[in-house]
Amino acid sequence: MYGNDAAAALGLRPVRRRHWGRWASAVIIVLLLAAVVRAFATGAIEWDVVGEYLTADMILEGLANTAVITAAAMLLGVLVGILIAVLRLSANPVANAVAAGYVWFFRGVPVLLQLLIWYNLALVFPSIGVPGLWEGSTVEVMTPFMATLLGLGLHQSAYTAEIVRGGILAVDRGQTEAALSLALPSGAVFGRIVLPQAMRVIIPPLGNEFISTLKTSSLAAVVTYGELLQSAQLVYYRNNRVIELLIVVAVWYLAVVSVLAIGQYAVERRYGRGFTPTRDASGPGVRGRARGGVRARKTMGSEA
Amino acid sequence: MTTETVLRAVGVTKRFGDLPVLRGIDLTVTAGEVVCLMGPSGSGKSTFLRCVNQLERPDGGYLEVRSELLGWKRRGDTLRELSHREIARQRRGIGMVFQRFNLFPHLTVLQNVTEAPVRTRALPRAEAERTARELLERVGLAEKGNAYPGQLSGGQQQRVAIARSLATRPFLMLFDEPTSALDPELVGEVLAVMRTLAEQGMTMIVVTHEAGFARDVADRIVFMDGGVIVEEGPPARLLSAPSHPRTKDFLARVTAAHGGPPVPSTETARTPDTVDTADTADTAEKGQR
Repeated sequence: MYGNDAAAALGLRPVRRRHWGRWASAVIIVLLLAAVVRAFATGAIEWDVVGEYLTADMILEGLANTAVITAAAMLLGVLVGILIAVLRLSANPVANAVAAGYVWFFRGVPVLLQLLIWYNLALVFPSIGVPGLWEGSTVEVMTPFMATLLGLGLHQSAYTAEIVRGGILAVDRGQTEAALSLALPSGAVFGRIVLPQAMRVIIPPLGNEFISTLKTSSLAAVVTYGELLQSAQLVYYRNNRVIELLIVVAVWYLAVVSVLAIGQYAVERRYGRGFTPTRDASGPGVRGRARGGVRARKTMGSEA
Repeated sequence: MTTETVLRAVGVTKRFGDLPVLRGIDLTVTAGEVVCLMGPSGSGKSTFLRCVNQLERPDGGYLEVRSELLGWKRRGDTLRELSHREIARQRRGIGMVFQRFNLFPHLTVLQNVTEAPVRTRALPRAEAERTARELLERVGLAEKGNAYPGQLSGGQQQRVAIARSLATRPFLMLFDEPTSALDPELVGEVLAVMRTLAEQGMTMIVVTHEAGFARDVADRIVFMDGGVIVEEGPPARLLSAPSHPRTKDFLARVTAAHGGPPVPSTETARTPDTVDTADTADTAEKGQR
Protein backbone atom coordinates (compact mmCIF):
# COMPACT_ATOMS: atom_id res chain seq x y z
CA MET A 1 0.00 0.00 0.00
CA TYR A 2 1.16 3.48 -0.81
CA GLY A 3 1.12 4.79 2.78
CA ASN A 4 3.08 1.82 4.09
CA ASP A 5 5.67 2.19 1.37
CA ALA A 6 6.06 5.86 2.11
CA ALA A 7 6.44 5.18 5.82
CA ALA A 8 8.93 2.39 5.18
CA ALA A 9 10.91 4.63 2.90
CA LEU A 10 11.09 7.22 5.63
CA GLY A 11 11.76 4.62 8.33
CA LEU A 12 8.63 5.52 10.26
CA ARG A 13 5.64 3.60 11.62
CA PRO A 14 2.46 4.31 9.63
CA VAL A 15 -0.71 5.14 11.58
CA ARG A 16 -3.80 4.80 9.46
CA ARG A 17 -6.88 6.94 9.78
CA ARG A 18 -9.67 5.51 11.99
CA HIS A 19 -13.08 5.38 10.34
CA TRP A 20 -15.21 5.90 13.46
CA GLY A 21 -18.32 6.84 11.44
CA ARG A 22 -18.12 3.63 9.44
CA TRP A 23 -17.83 1.51 12.56
CA ALA A 24 -20.75 3.25 14.27
CA SER A 25 -23.11 2.99 11.29
CA ALA A 26 -22.18 -0.66 10.72
CA VAL A 27 -23.05 -1.50 14.31
CA ILE A 28 -26.39 0.30 14.10
CA ILE A 29 -27.30 -1.42 10.84
CA VAL A 30 -26.44 -4.86 12.20
CA LEU A 31 -28.48 -4.23 15.36
CA LEU A 32 -31.50 -3.12 13.35
CA LEU A 33 -31.18 -6.14 11.09
CA ALA A 34 -30.94 -8.46 14.13
CA ALA A 35 -34.09 -6.87 15.54
CA VAL A 36 -36.00 -7.56 12.32
CA VAL A 37 -34.77 -11.15 12.15
CA ARG A 38 -35.65 -11.68 15.81
CA ALA A 39 -39.12 -10.20 15.29
CA PHE A 40 -39.86 -12.65 12.50
CA ALA A 41 -38.26 -15.57 14.31
CA THR A 42 -40.29 -15.04 17.47
CA GLY A 43 -43.45 -13.75 15.76
CA ALA A 44 -46.54 -15.84 15.15
CA ILE A 45 -45.04 -17.64 12.19
CA GLU A 46 -44.77 -21.38 12.15
CA TRP A 47 -41.59 -21.82 10.15
CA ASP A 48 -41.91 -25.58 9.92
CA VAL A 49 -45.26 -25.01 8.17
CA VAL A 50 -43.45 -22.79 5.71
CA GLY A 51 -40.92 -25.55 5.05
CA GLU A 52 -43.68 -28.10 4.73
CA TYR A 53 -45.65 -26.18 2.12
CA LEU A 54 -42.62 -25.02 0.16
CA THR A 55 -42.74 -28.21 -1.87
CA ALA A 56 -46.43 -29.06 -1.57
CA ASP A 57 -48.00 -30.34 -4.81
CA MET A 58 -50.48 -27.50 -4.92
CA ILE A 59 -47.72 -24.88 -4.58
CA LEU A 60 -45.44 -26.54 -7.13
CA GLU A 61 -48.34 -26.71 -9.56
CA GLY A 62 -48.96 -23.00 -9.06
CA LEU A 63 -45.26 -22.35 -9.53
CA ALA A 64 -45.29 -24.28 -12.82
CA ASN A 65 -48.32 -22.31 -14.01
CA THR A 66 -46.61 -19.06 -13.08
CA ALA A 67 -43.51 -20.09 -15.02
CA VAL A 68 -45.57 -21.12 -18.05
CA ILE A 69 -47.66 -17.95 -18.17
CA THR A 70 -44.63 -15.72 -17.63
CA ALA A 71 -42.69 -17.38 -20.44
CA ALA A 72 -45.70 -17.36 -22.78
CA ALA A 73 -46.62 -13.74 -22.01
CA MET A 74 -43.02 -12.63 -22.45
CA LEU A 75 -42.73 -14.48 -25.76
CA LEU A 76 -45.94 -12.85 -26.99
CA GLY A 77 -44.82 -9.51 -25.62
CA VAL A 78 -41.42 -9.61 -27.31
CA LEU A 79 -42.75 -10.77 -30.68
CA VAL A 80 -45.57 -8.23 -30.77
CA GLY A 81 -43.24 -5.62 -29.28
CA ILE A 82 -40.67 -6.02 -32.07
CA LEU A 83 -43.46 -5.83 -34.64
CA ILE A 84 -44.87 -2.64 -33.07
CA ALA A 85 -41.39 -1.11 -32.82
CA VAL A 86 -40.75 -1.78 -36.52
CA LEU A 87 -44.14 -0.28 -37.43
CA ARG A 88 -43.39 2.69 -35.22
CA LEU A 89 -40.13 3.27 -37.10
CA SER A 90 -41.57 2.68 -40.55
CA ALA A 91 -41.98 5.40 -43.13
CA ASN A 92 -45.65 4.49 -43.51
CA PRO A 93 -47.60 7.20 -41.61
CA VAL A 94 -50.59 4.92 -40.99
CA ALA A 95 -48.47 2.13 -39.53
CA ASN A 96 -46.62 4.72 -37.52
CA ALA A 97 -49.76 6.24 -36.03
CA VAL A 98 -51.37 2.86 -35.32
CA ALA A 99 -48.24 1.70 -33.52
CA ALA A 100 -48.14 4.88 -31.47
CA GLY A 101 -51.81 4.44 -30.58
CA TYR A 102 -51.21 0.81 -29.63
CA VAL A 103 -48.44 1.75 -27.23
CA TRP A 104 -50.56 4.58 -25.83
CA PHE A 105 -53.47 2.23 -25.10
CA PHE A 106 -51.75 -0.89 -23.79
CA ARG A 107 -49.25 1.04 -21.74
CA GLY A 108 -51.88 3.40 -20.39
CA VAL A 109 -54.55 0.96 -19.16
CA PRO A 110 -53.61 -0.73 -15.87
CA VAL A 111 -52.72 -4.36 -16.35
CA LEU A 112 -55.26 -5.50 -13.75
CA LEU A 113 -57.97 -3.77 -15.78
CA GLN A 114 -56.70 -5.36 -18.99
CA LEU A 115 -56.91 -8.82 -17.41
CA LEU A 116 -60.51 -8.21 -16.37
CA ILE A 117 -61.46 -6.84 -19.80
CA TRP A 118 -60.06 -9.86 -21.63
CA TYR A 119 -61.68 -12.24 -19.15
CA ASN A 120 -65.07 -10.58 -19.62
CA LEU A 121 -64.80 -10.23 -23.39
CA ALA A 122 -67.76 -12.59 -23.79
CA LEU A 123 -70.00 -9.79 -22.53
CA VAL A 124 -69.11 -7.82 -25.67
CA PHE A 125 -68.62 -10.57 -28.23
CA PRO A 126 -70.54 -13.76 -27.38
CA SER A 127 -68.67 -15.57 -30.13
CA ILE A 128 -65.37 -14.86 -31.82
CA GLY A 129 -63.50 -16.24 -34.79
CA VAL A 130 -62.44 -15.68 -38.35
CA PRO A 131 -65.53 -15.38 -40.58
CA GLY A 132 -65.86 -18.41 -42.84
CA LEU A 133 -62.92 -20.20 -41.28
CA TRP A 134 -63.55 -20.86 -37.64
CA GLU A 135 -65.81 -19.62 -34.93
CA GLY A 136 -66.14 -20.38 -31.24
CA SER A 137 -67.88 -19.32 -28.10
CA THR A 138 -65.92 -16.58 -26.40
CA VAL A 139 -66.46 -18.08 -22.97
CA GLU A 140 -64.77 -21.28 -24.12
CA VAL A 141 -61.93 -19.54 -25.90
CA MET A 142 -61.24 -16.96 -23.24
CA THR A 143 -60.05 -19.36 -20.56
CA PRO A 144 -58.24 -17.94 -17.54
CA PHE A 145 -54.99 -18.87 -19.31
CA MET A 146 -55.92 -17.02 -22.50
CA ALA A 147 -57.11 -13.95 -20.64
CA THR A 148 -53.89 -13.85 -18.62
CA LEU A 149 -51.73 -14.47 -21.67
CA LEU A 150 -53.35 -11.64 -23.64
CA GLY A 151 -53.57 -9.29 -20.68
CA LEU A 152 -49.97 -9.70 -19.56
CA GLY A 153 -48.51 -10.25 -23.03
CA LEU A 154 -50.05 -7.27 -24.79
CA HIS A 155 -49.43 -4.97 -21.84
CA GLN A 156 -45.83 -6.15 -21.93
CA SER A 157 -45.58 -5.72 -25.70
CA ALA A 158 -46.27 -1.99 -25.37
CA TYR A 159 -43.30 -1.61 -23.04
CA THR A 160 -41.16 -3.95 -25.13
CA ALA A 161 -41.97 -1.95 -28.26
CA GLU A 162 -40.53 1.19 -26.71
CA ILE A 163 -37.45 -0.65 -25.47
CA VAL A 164 -36.86 -2.25 -28.87
CA ARG A 165 -37.41 1.07 -30.64
CA GLY A 166 -34.82 2.73 -28.41
CA GLY A 167 -32.40 -0.13 -29.08
CA ILE A 168 -32.83 0.10 -32.84
CA LEU A 169 -32.34 3.87 -32.79
CA ALA A 170 -29.16 3.39 -30.78
CA VAL A 171 -27.51 1.46 -33.63
CA ASP A 172 -25.31 3.73 -35.72
CA ARG A 173 -26.79 4.69 -39.08
CA GLY A 174 -23.48 3.74 -40.71
CA GLN A 175 -24.24 0.10 -39.92
CA THR A 176 -27.37 0.20 -42.06
CA GLU A 177 -25.52 2.04 -44.80
CA ALA A 178 -22.69 -0.47 -44.82
CA ALA A 179 -25.19 -3.33 -44.96
CA LEU A 180 -27.08 -1.66 -47.81
CA SER A 181 -23.88 -0.95 -49.71
CA LEU A 182 -23.06 -4.66 -49.48
CA ALA A 183 -26.39 -5.32 -51.23
CA LEU A 184 -27.74 -7.37 -48.32
CA PRO A 185 -31.45 -8.18 -48.65
CA SER A 186 -33.59 -5.89 -46.48
CA GLY A 187 -34.45 -8.75 -44.13
CA ALA A 188 -30.77 -9.41 -43.48
CA VAL A 189 -30.00 -5.72 -42.98
CA PHE A 190 -32.43 -5.73 -40.06
CA GLY A 191 -32.16 -9.31 -38.83
CA ARG A 192 -28.40 -9.83 -39.14
CA ILE A 193 -26.96 -6.35 -38.67
CA VAL A 194 -29.28 -3.94 -36.87
CA LEU A 195 -31.27 -6.16 -34.51
CA PRO A 196 -28.32 -8.11 -33.02
CA GLN A 197 -26.62 -4.82 -32.18
CA ALA A 198 -29.84 -3.36 -30.85
CA MET A 199 -30.14 -6.46 -28.64
CA ARG A 200 -27.12 -5.34 -26.67
CA VAL A 201 -29.07 -2.24 -25.65
CA ILE A 202 -32.40 -4.05 -25.39
CA ILE A 203 -31.43 -6.99 -23.17
CA PRO A 204 -30.82 -5.25 -19.81
CA PRO A 205 -34.17 -3.42 -19.68
CA LEU A 206 -35.90 -6.47 -21.16
CA GLY A 207 -34.50 -8.54 -18.30
CA ASN A 208 -36.14 -6.16 -15.89
CA GLU A 209 -39.39 -6.49 -17.84
CA PHE A 210 -39.17 -10.26 -17.59
CA ILE A 211 -38.86 -10.03 -13.82
CA SER A 212 -41.66 -7.49 -13.74
CA THR A 213 -43.96 -9.75 -15.78
CA LEU A 214 -43.16 -12.67 -13.50
CA LYS A 215 -44.33 -10.69 -10.49
CA THR A 216 -47.28 -9.10 -12.30
CA SER A 217 -48.52 -12.58 -13.18
CA SER A 218 -49.65 -12.81 -9.54
CA LEU A 219 -52.52 -10.52 -10.56
CA ALA A 220 -53.88 -13.37 -12.69
CA ALA A 221 -55.50 -14.63 -9.49
CA VAL A 222 -58.39 -12.23 -10.26
CA VAL A 223 -59.24 -14.16 -13.42
CA THR A 224 -58.91 -17.46 -11.49
CA TYR A 225 -55.77 -18.55 -13.33
CA GLY A 226 -54.08 -21.08 -11.05
CA GLU A 227 -50.72 -19.36 -10.66
CA LEU A 228 -48.57 -19.40 -7.54
CA LEU A 229 -50.40 -16.82 -5.43
CA GLN A 230 -53.83 -18.16 -6.39
CA SER A 231 -52.71 -21.67 -5.38
CA ALA A 232 -51.37 -20.42 -2.06
CA GLN A 233 -54.63 -18.57 -1.40
CA LEU A 234 -56.64 -21.71 -2.07
CA VAL A 235 -54.51 -23.50 0.50
CA TYR A 236 -54.79 -20.87 3.19
CA TYR A 237 -58.55 -20.48 2.72
CA ARG A 238 -58.67 -24.08 3.94
CA ASN A 239 -55.98 -24.18 6.65
CA ASN A 240 -55.76 -20.51 7.71
CA ARG A 241 -51.93 -20.46 7.61
CA VAL A 242 -52.06 -17.12 5.78
CA ILE A 243 -48.63 -15.66 6.57
CA GLU A 244 -46.85 -18.99 6.26
CA LEU A 245 -48.19 -19.52 2.75
CA LEU A 246 -47.50 -15.96 1.70
CA ILE A 247 -43.91 -16.47 2.83
CA VAL A 248 -43.76 -19.64 0.75
CA VAL A 249 -44.90 -17.62 -2.26
CA ALA A 250 -42.34 -14.89 -1.56
CA VAL A 251 -39.53 -17.45 -1.28
CA TRP A 252 -40.44 -18.96 -4.63
CA TYR A 253 -40.66 -15.59 -6.34
CA LEU A 254 -37.24 -14.62 -5.00
CA ALA A 255 -35.82 -17.94 -6.15
CA VAL A 256 -37.18 -17.59 -9.69
CA VAL A 257 -36.10 -13.95 -9.93
CA SER A 258 -32.57 -15.00 -8.92
CA VAL A 259 -32.51 -17.61 -11.66
CA LEU A 260 -33.73 -15.04 -14.19
CA ALA A 261 -31.03 -12.61 -13.14
CA ILE A 262 -28.40 -15.27 -13.86
CA GLY A 263 -29.99 -15.94 -17.24
CA GLN A 264 -29.98 -12.24 -18.03
CA TYR A 265 -26.26 -12.08 -17.30
CA ALA A 266 -25.61 -14.95 -19.71
CA VAL A 267 -27.69 -13.38 -22.49
CA GLU A 268 -26.01 -10.01 -22.00
CA ARG A 269 -22.63 -11.65 -22.45
CA ARG A 270 -23.85 -13.34 -25.62
CA TYR A 271 -24.90 -10.06 -27.23
CA GLY A 272 -21.93 -8.16 -25.86
CA ARG A 273 -19.62 -10.09 -28.20
CA GLY A 274 -17.26 -7.83 -30.04
CA PHE A 275 -17.83 -5.08 -27.52
CA THR A 276 -16.20 -6.44 -24.38
CA PRO A 277 -12.43 -6.53 -24.89
CA THR A 278 -11.56 -3.01 -26.06
CA ARG A 279 -13.35 0.14 -26.94
CA ASP A 280 -12.18 1.46 -30.27
CA ALA A 281 -12.95 3.74 -33.13
CA SER A 282 -15.80 1.62 -34.44
CA GLY A 283 -17.35 1.24 -31.01
CA PRO A 284 -20.03 3.55 -29.71
CA GLY A 285 -18.98 6.95 -28.50
CA VAL A 286 -16.57 7.80 -31.26
CA ARG A 287 -19.10 7.32 -33.99
CA GLY A 288 -21.04 10.18 -35.41
CA ARG A 289 -20.73 12.47 -38.31
CA ALA A 290 -17.51 13.35 -40.06
CA ARG A 291 -17.40 16.68 -38.23
CA GLY A 292 -15.64 15.22 -35.20
CA GLY A 293 -12.61 14.24 -37.22
CA VAL A 294 -10.09 15.65 -34.81
CA ARG A 295 -11.72 14.16 -31.77
CA ALA A 296 -12.07 10.78 -33.45
CA ARG A 297 -8.40 10.69 -34.28
CA LYS A 298 -7.43 11.46 -30.72
CA THR A 299 -9.64 8.70 -29.37
CA MET A 300 -8.13 6.24 -31.76
CA GLY A 301 -4.68 7.28 -30.78
CA SER A 302 -5.37 6.24 -27.22
CA GLU A 303 -6.07 2.70 -28.38
CA ALA A 304 -3.02 2.32 -30.58
CA MET B 1 -7.15 -0.43 -71.04
CA THR B 2 -10.69 -0.75 -72.28
CA THR B 3 -12.76 2.35 -72.73
CA GLU B 4 -15.98 0.88 -71.39
CA THR B 5 -17.91 3.53 -69.49
CA VAL B 6 -18.45 2.36 -65.91
CA LEU B 7 -20.14 5.44 -64.52
CA ARG B 8 -21.90 8.30 -66.25
CA ALA B 9 -23.42 11.10 -64.20
CA VAL B 10 -25.52 13.67 -66.01
CA GLY B 11 -26.57 16.92 -64.37
CA VAL B 12 -26.88 15.39 -60.90
CA THR B 13 -28.37 17.76 -58.33
CA LYS B 14 -29.18 17.21 -54.70
CA ARG B 15 -30.36 19.46 -51.91
CA PHE B 16 -30.74 18.83 -48.19
CA GLY B 17 -33.70 20.97 -47.25
CA ASP B 18 -32.85 24.47 -48.41
CA LEU B 19 -29.19 23.69 -48.84
CA PRO B 20 -28.10 22.78 -52.38
CA VAL B 21 -25.30 20.24 -52.08
CA LEU B 22 -24.88 19.19 -55.69
CA ARG B 23 -25.65 21.68 -58.44
CA GLY B 24 -25.28 19.73 -61.63
CA ILE B 25 -22.50 17.16 -61.68
CA ASP B 26 -21.44 15.67 -65.02
CA LEU B 27 -18.82 12.96 -64.74
CA THR B 28 -17.81 9.95 -66.75
CA VAL B 29 -15.53 7.24 -65.41
CA THR B 30 -14.19 4.52 -67.67
CA ALA B 31 -13.11 1.00 -66.73
CA GLY B 32 -9.79 0.79 -64.92
CA GLU B 33 -9.71 4.48 -64.19
CA VAL B 34 -8.83 5.87 -60.76
CA VAL B 35 -10.57 9.18 -60.13
CA CYS B 36 -9.84 11.21 -57.03
CA LEU B 37 -12.51 13.65 -55.90
CA MET B 38 -10.96 16.53 -54.02
CA GLY B 39 -12.23 19.76 -52.62
CA PRO B 40 -13.15 21.45 -49.36
CA SER B 41 -15.60 19.94 -46.89
CA GLY B 42 -19.18 20.58 -47.85
CA SER B 43 -18.33 20.71 -51.54
CA GLY B 44 -20.55 17.68 -52.22
CA LYS B 45 -17.89 15.04 -52.87
CA SER B 46 -19.24 12.52 -50.38
CA THR B 47 -22.84 13.20 -51.32
CA PHE B 48 -22.02 12.50 -54.95
CA LEU B 49 -20.31 9.25 -53.99
CA ARG B 50 -23.33 8.25 -51.92
CA CYS B 51 -25.59 8.94 -54.91
CA VAL B 52 -23.55 6.44 -56.94
CA ASN B 53 -24.31 3.79 -54.33
CA GLN B 54 -27.90 4.97 -53.93
CA LEU B 55 -27.49 5.83 -50.28
CA GLU B 56 -28.75 9.22 -51.39
CA ARG B 57 -31.19 9.80 -54.19
CA PRO B 58 -30.45 12.68 -56.57
CA ASP B 59 -33.14 15.34 -56.93
CA GLY B 60 -32.28 16.04 -60.54
CA GLY B 61 -30.19 14.52 -63.31
CA TYR B 62 -29.38 10.84 -63.48
CA LEU B 63 -26.62 8.29 -63.05
CA GLU B 64 -25.82 5.28 -65.16
CA VAL B 65 -23.57 2.41 -64.13
CA ARG B 66 -22.48 0.23 -67.02
CA SER B 67 -25.17 1.92 -69.13
CA GLU B 68 -27.87 0.93 -66.63
CA LEU B 69 -29.91 3.72 -65.14
CA LEU B 70 -29.60 3.79 -61.34
CA GLY B 71 -32.76 3.63 -59.24
CA TRP B 72 -35.17 3.69 -62.17
CA LYS B 73 -36.29 1.44 -64.96
CA ARG B 74 -37.42 2.64 -68.34
CA ARG B 75 -40.60 0.95 -69.53
CA GLY B 76 -42.13 2.36 -72.68
CA ASP B 77 -42.46 6.05 -72.05
CA THR B 78 -42.57 5.69 -68.25
CA LEU B 79 -39.80 5.59 -65.68
CA ARG B 80 -40.56 3.15 -62.88
CA GLU B 81 -38.87 3.41 -59.51
CA LEU B 82 -36.93 0.26 -58.63
CA SER B 83 -37.81 -1.96 -55.68
CA HIS B 84 -35.40 -2.49 -52.80
CA ARG B 85 -34.46 -5.85 -54.27
CA GLU B 86 -33.63 -4.34 -57.65
CA ILE B 87 -31.61 -1.56 -56.03
CA ALA B 88 -29.70 -4.19 -54.08
CA ARG B 89 -28.93 -5.95 -57.36
CA GLN B 90 -27.57 -2.71 -58.81
CA ARG B 91 -25.42 -2.18 -55.72
CA ARG B 92 -23.91 -5.64 -56.02
CA GLY B 93 -21.24 -4.59 -58.47
CA ILE B 94 -20.29 -1.51 -56.47
CA GLY B 95 -18.15 -1.68 -53.35
CA MET B 96 -18.06 1.15 -50.86
CA VAL B 97 -15.54 1.98 -48.14
CA PHE B 98 -16.61 4.45 -45.49
CA GLN B 99 -14.70 7.06 -43.55
CA ARG B 100 -15.70 5.41 -40.28
CA PHE B 101 -15.15 1.84 -41.54
CA ASN B 102 -18.66 0.77 -40.42
CA LEU B 103 -17.53 -2.78 -39.76
CA PHE B 104 -20.14 -4.90 -38.05
CA PRO B 105 -18.84 -4.93 -34.46
CA HIS B 106 -20.81 -8.00 -33.39
CA LEU B 107 -19.35 -10.20 -36.13
CA THR B 108 -15.80 -11.47 -36.41
CA VAL B 109 -13.53 -10.15 -39.13
CA LEU B 110 -14.13 -13.29 -41.20
CA GLN B 111 -17.90 -13.03 -40.72
CA ASN B 112 -17.77 -9.39 -41.76
CA VAL B 113 -16.20 -10.42 -45.04
CA THR B 114 -18.41 -13.47 -45.70
CA GLU B 115 -21.69 -11.81 -44.72
CA ALA B 116 -22.50 -10.28 -48.09
CA PRO B 117 -21.60 -13.21 -50.37
CA VAL B 118 -23.42 -15.64 -48.06
CA ARG B 119 -26.58 -13.58 -47.56
CA THR B 120 -26.90 -12.59 -51.20
CA ARG B 121 -26.41 -16.26 -52.08
CA ALA B 122 -23.55 -15.33 -54.36
CA LEU B 123 -21.36 -18.09 -52.91
CA PRO B 124 -21.87 -21.15 -50.73
CA ARG B 125 -20.53 -20.59 -47.22
CA ALA B 126 -17.42 -22.75 -47.57
CA GLU B 127 -16.37 -20.98 -50.73
CA ALA B 128 -17.21 -17.58 -49.27
CA GLU B 129 -14.90 -18.34 -46.35
CA ARG B 130 -12.10 -19.43 -48.65
CA THR B 131 -12.48 -16.25 -50.70
CA ALA B 132 -12.64 -14.19 -47.50
CA ARG B 133 -9.36 -15.67 -46.25
CA GLU B 134 -7.73 -14.87 -49.57
CA LEU B 135 -9.01 -11.30 -49.40
CA LEU B 136 -7.80 -10.90 -45.81
CA GLU B 137 -4.41 -12.14 -46.92
CA ARG B 138 -4.39 -9.58 -49.71
CA VAL B 139 -4.92 -6.78 -47.21
CA GLY B 140 -2.33 -8.29 -44.88
CA LEU B 141 -4.68 -9.49 -42.16
CA ALA B 142 -4.75 -13.23 -42.78
CA GLU B 143 -4.30 -14.02 -39.10
CA LYS B 144 -7.06 -11.71 -37.86
CA GLY B 145 -10.05 -13.69 -39.16
CA ASN B 146 -11.33 -14.62 -35.72
CA ALA B 147 -10.77 -11.23 -34.11
CA TYR B 148 -13.61 -8.81 -33.56
CA PRO B 149 -13.33 -5.37 -35.19
CA GLY B 150 -13.04 -3.82 -31.73
CA GLN B 151 -9.74 -5.60 -31.23
CA LEU B 152 -8.14 -4.05 -34.32
CA SER B 153 -6.49 -0.71 -34.92
CA GLY B 154 -8.20 1.82 -37.14
CA GLY B 155 -5.94 1.04 -40.08
CA GLN B 156 -6.58 -2.68 -39.71
CA GLN B 157 -10.31 -2.06 -39.52
CA GLN B 158 -10.28 -0.04 -42.69
CA ARG B 159 -8.33 -2.79 -44.47
CA VAL B 160 -10.97 -5.31 -43.33
CA ALA B 161 -13.62 -2.94 -44.67
CA ILE B 162 -11.86 -2.95 -48.03
CA ALA B 163 -11.70 -6.75 -48.03
CA ARG B 164 -15.37 -6.87 -47.07
CA SER B 165 -16.44 -4.72 -49.98
CA LEU B 166 -14.26 -6.74 -52.38
CA ALA B 167 -16.00 -9.96 -51.32
CA THR B 168 -18.88 -9.37 -53.71
CA ARG B 169 -16.40 -8.97 -56.60
CA PRO B 170 -17.34 -5.38 -57.48
CA PHE B 171 -16.25 -3.76 -60.75
CA LEU B 172 -16.36 -0.30 -59.20
CA MET B 173 -15.00 0.71 -55.79
CA LEU B 174 -16.05 3.88 -53.99
CA PHE B 175 -13.88 5.25 -51.19
CA ASP B 176 -15.36 7.98 -49.01
CA GLU B 177 -12.44 9.68 -47.23
CA PRO B 178 -11.01 6.27 -46.27
CA THR B 179 -8.10 7.65 -44.26
CA SER B 180 -9.65 10.73 -42.67
CA ALA B 181 -10.54 8.98 -39.41
CA LEU B 182 -7.12 7.40 -39.02
CA ASP B 183 -4.11 8.29 -36.94
CA PRO B 184 -1.41 9.69 -39.23
CA GLU B 185 0.85 6.67 -38.79
CA LEU B 186 -1.95 4.32 -39.87
CA VAL B 187 -2.80 6.14 -43.09
CA GLY B 188 0.00 4.55 -45.10
CA GLU B 189 -1.10 0.95 -44.67
CA VAL B 190 -4.59 1.72 -45.98
CA LEU B 191 -3.29 3.75 -48.92
CA ALA B 192 -0.90 0.91 -49.78
CA VAL B 193 -3.83 -1.51 -50.08
CA MET B 194 -5.70 0.97 -52.27
CA ARG B 195 -2.63 1.51 -54.40
CA THR B 196 -2.33 -2.24 -55.03
CA LEU B 197 -5.98 -2.40 -55.91
CA ALA B 198 -5.53 0.42 -58.42
CA GLU B 199 -2.52 -1.33 -59.94
CA GLN B 200 -4.62 -4.46 -60.40
CA GLY B 201 -6.93 -2.44 -62.63
CA MET B 202 -9.87 -1.77 -60.31
CA THR B 203 -12.04 1.15 -61.30
CA MET B 204 -12.02 3.47 -58.31
CA ILE B 205 -13.58 6.75 -57.25
CA VAL B 206 -11.79 8.09 -54.20
CA VAL B 207 -12.87 11.05 -52.13
CA THR B 208 -9.65 12.08 -50.44
CA HIS B 209 -7.54 14.89 -49.07
CA GLU B 210 -4.36 12.88 -49.61
CA ALA B 211 -2.67 14.94 -52.32
CA GLY B 212 0.29 12.56 -52.40
CA PHE B 213 -1.89 9.55 -53.01
CA ALA B 214 -3.87 11.41 -55.66
CA ARG B 215 -0.73 12.41 -57.49
CA ASP B 216 0.79 8.92 -57.45
CA VAL B 217 -2.27 6.81 -58.12
CA ALA B 218 -5.04 8.84 -59.73
CA ASP B 219 -5.51 8.94 -63.48
CA ARG B 220 -7.61 12.03 -63.04
CA ILE B 221 -8.36 14.46 -60.27
CA VAL B 222 -11.77 16.05 -60.10
CA PHE B 223 -11.86 19.18 -58.00
CA MET B 224 -15.25 20.09 -56.55
CA ASP B 225 -16.42 23.17 -54.70
CA GLY B 226 -19.88 24.43 -53.84
CA GLY B 227 -21.61 21.47 -55.43
CA VAL B 228 -20.05 21.78 -58.87
CA ILE B 229 -16.98 20.40 -60.58
CA VAL B 230 -14.60 23.35 -60.74
CA GLU B 231 -11.79 21.72 -62.62
CA GLU B 232 -10.56 18.29 -63.62
CA GLY B 233 -7.51 16.85 -65.21
CA PRO B 234 -4.45 14.65 -64.79
CA PRO B 235 -2.88 14.96 -61.32
CA ALA B 236 0.43 16.33 -62.57
CA ARG B 237 -1.25 19.34 -64.12
CA LEU B 238 -4.04 19.87 -61.59
CA LEU B 239 -1.83 19.66 -58.51
CA SER B 240 1.15 21.64 -59.78
CA ALA B 241 -0.55 24.13 -62.11
CA PRO B 242 -4.23 24.44 -61.25
CA SER B 243 -5.98 26.88 -63.54
CA HIS B 244 -8.90 27.80 -61.33
CA PRO B 245 -8.36 30.17 -58.37
CA ARG B 246 -10.50 28.04 -56.06
CA THR B 247 -8.37 24.99 -56.76
CA LYS B 248 -5.26 27.03 -56.03
CA ASP B 249 -6.80 28.29 -52.80
CA PHE B 250 -7.67 24.83 -51.66
CA LEU B 251 -4.34 23.26 -52.53
CA ALA B 252 -2.51 26.09 -50.84
CA ARG B 253 -4.52 25.56 -47.70
CA VAL B 254 -4.11 21.79 -47.78
CA THR B 255 -0.35 22.10 -48.01
CA ALA B 256 0.28 25.35 -46.11
CA ALA B 257 -0.15 23.92 -42.63
CA HIS B 258 2.26 21.22 -43.66
CA GLY B 259 5.07 23.69 -44.08
CA GLY B 260 6.48 21.52 -46.85
CA PRO B 261 6.63 21.83 -50.62
CA PRO B 262 3.36 22.64 -52.42
CA VAL B 263 2.49 19.02 -52.98
CA PRO B 264 3.75 16.56 -50.40
CA SER B 265 4.54 13.25 -51.99
CA THR B 266 4.76 11.12 -48.86
CA GLU B 267 2.01 8.60 -48.32
CA THR B 268 1.24 10.01 -44.94
CA ALA B 269 0.56 13.50 -46.17
CA ARG B 270 -2.13 14.83 -43.91
CA THR B 271 -4.92 17.22 -44.54
CA PRO B 272 -4.88 19.90 -41.90
CA ASP B 273 -7.99 20.00 -39.77
CA THR B 274 -8.70 23.52 -40.94
CA VAL B 275 -10.31 21.97 -43.99
CA ASP B 276 -13.35 21.30 -41.81
CA THR B 277 -14.04 25.01 -41.75
CA ALA B 278 -12.93 25.56 -45.32
CA ASP B 279 -16.42 26.58 -46.43
CA THR B 280 -16.64 29.64 -44.27
CA ALA B 281 -13.00 30.52 -44.74
CA ASP B 282 -13.48 30.22 -48.47
CA THR B 283 -16.34 32.69 -48.67
CA ALA B 284 -14.59 35.08 -46.33
CA GLU B 285 -11.50 35.13 -48.51
CA LYS B 286 -13.47 35.59 -51.67
CA GLY B 287 -15.21 38.55 -50.12
CA GLN B 288 -11.86 40.20 -49.68
CA ARG B 289 -10.79 39.67 -53.21
